[in-house]
Amino acid sequence: MNILDILLQQSPALIVATPLLGAFLTPLIGKLGYNVRNIFIIIILAVTAFLVFLLASDVFSGNIHTYVFGGTTSTVLSNTVIRILFEVDGLSIFMAIITVILSLAAVIYSWAFMREETGQDKYYTLLLLMTTGMFGMVLTGDLFNFFVFLEITSIASCALIAFWTHKAKAVEAAFNYMVISTIGALFVLLSIAFLYGKYDALNIAKLASRITPVSFSFIDKLSLILLLAALTMKAGIAPMHMWLPDAYGRAPASISIILVGATQASLYGVFRICFTLYGNVIQIPEVSLGWIMVILGLITMLIGVFMAMIQIDFKKLIAYGALAELGYMFLGVGTGLTILSNPQLSLASNSFALQAMKGGIFHIINDALDVGLLFLVAGAVYYATKESSLNNLGGIARNMKYTTVFFLIGLLAVSGIPPMNGFASKLLIYESVYQLNPILAIIAILASIMLLAIMVKVFYSAFLGPKIDRFQDIREAPKSMLIAMGILASLIIFFGLFPDLIVNTLVEPAVKAITHPTSYILWLTGGV
Amino acid sequence: MLYLRRKVNKMIANIPFLAVMAMIIIGLATVVFKRNLIKMVIGVSIIESGVNLFLITLGYREHSVAPIYTASPGGIMSYPVPQALTLTSIVIGVAVLALMLSLVIYIYRHYKTLDIRKLGGGEE
Repeated sequence: MNILDILLQQSPALIVATPLLGAFLTPLIGKLGYNVRNIFIIIILAVTAFLVFLLASDVFSGNIHTYVFGGTTSTVLSNTVIRILFEVDGLSIFMAIITVILSLAAVIYSWAFMREETGQDKYYTLLLLMTTGMFGMVLTGDLFNFFVFLEITSIASCALIAFWTHKAKAVEAAFNYMVISTIGALFVLLSIAFLYGKYDALNIAKLASRITPVSFSFIDKLSLILLLAALTMKAGIAPMHMWLPDAYGRAPASISIILVGATQASLYGVFRICFTLYGNVIQIPEVSLGWIMVILGLITMLIGVFMAMIQIDFKKLIAYGALAELGYMFLGVGTGLTILSNPQLSLASNSFALQAMKGGIFHIINDALDVGLLFLVAGAVYYATKESSLNNLGGIARNMKYTTVFFLIGLLAVSGIPPMNGFASKLLIYESVYQLNPILAIIAILASIMLLAIMVKVFYSAFLGPKIDRFQDIREAPKSMLIAMGILASLIIFFGLFPDLIVNTLVEPAVKAITHPTSYILWLTGGV
Repeated sequence: MLYLRRKVNKMIANIPFLAVMAMIIIGLATVVFKRNLIKMVIGVSIIESGVNLFLITLGYREHSVAPIYTASPGGIMSYPVPQALTLTSIVIGVAVLALMLSLVIYIYRHYKTLDIRKLGGGEE
């Protein structure tokens, strides 16, 4: 057995353990100096990235990778799952890839962006903890474990949103987010307790195999609603989106980009619960929440673009844009759920259900890259000018050439203009949603056009326009920030030029994983 | 008489669950209606206690002993998993509470008030 096989076997645990170890070593390494610490953190994340891609290569070849903590088998006394286990399928690893890309970009960006701040050891510790929490959320196969990682993510992210404690608004946004996410997480725990009390299991696969149409009762409905309400709240879907623009807008830019990943990890929770946990009962009318997801997606989209129109704060505007983008994912996956959960619709319509799901899932990674890039650009502008209000900005394209180009790439990508990646996933969504109901596609396209208009307005008012004396001698953003933006921008263009490649290698296994929950559920009895 | 006693016993067995619901509702009402930040934190804390109580009630068995296999006097053992869950949840709760209170301290330093109606103004 060579070293790669051993690493592969242990990788689910190592992916969570490496950043966790890094987090607690950071204050110690920090004593050795600024550069040593930053290189150490980048190495930690690079090792994690290597493990994620190693695991991905295995999962994408069709396996479901499981890891049992403290033993080789998950069961004791034939039928009770007592050990915590990680269960990694296509969707989990897809989310892990997003997490690792975003956190690497954020750390590289922070090198220059946070240079003048105090308390950087704590900053990097929390950043790595947050990454750990996100990895745990997407990789775990245990509901209670999911709750624990959810709390780790939200505690670390709240502390980071309030990192600039001298700004009253930042602390306020963090407090808002903290109250909302804690109450949400407690309701997640309550519904986990309901399910545990009824089915005597915490393992997602075990629970899913026990939730059958025969056993389905009021308790199941109650916990489904509580879980979905809490997780959509944490994912920032309307009407519970009010914390999101504040939190995104007030946090340091390098944190906003990881927060995008954190909300998407909650989105992953929503999909996992709808498709896998309740996979056996998906055809019961009370469970098929497809239309609700579609409508919530549309509302989120519209609220996002309408509110973005009136914003004058650069980052808050992008935050509302991010909200609109979240709507597209919900729209795509909701359409898929509507069709899959309806036994009357013929098999022919299944193909466009799959297409809608592909669009929705593909859009998750595209949104992470596009919105992430825009946040980084906004951060770079703030870094150079110390100004975040669009009313006061202007003409900075003269001094910040590269940043302007990156903003242009992000602008085109986020509003779905070819040849950027946003176009590929949005086209998939438009085409398939049109089959369900043309009005949905029309609203989605309209929202996209409005997003383009808003972003062009930002481009004009911040980057173009006459010279302003105050910004006469601002400098281009430092190299590390440009590198971070460059990574995201090149991924955006790459994904946009070869969407087929990405859909086939990354998105297809993820869609397969959630539309065929049986393999996930049957692992316990079938495999290992 | 026997019927009545059985009825009463059943009711007593349900009291923890009623308490759980009451605590969660009281906590939610506190968070929603109170305007003092500290009281909001207390509300969150009450919800958390309610959920913890629910978890621990799930694992309760009448006349049971602690689930230690090597030193058990015999008889029914209580269920260990909910207790482990509750312990984890309490630890998380402490972290959340500490972070929320420290945020409240910062908010107080900025605005010199804990009333949420008076927050939000002022400089960036």
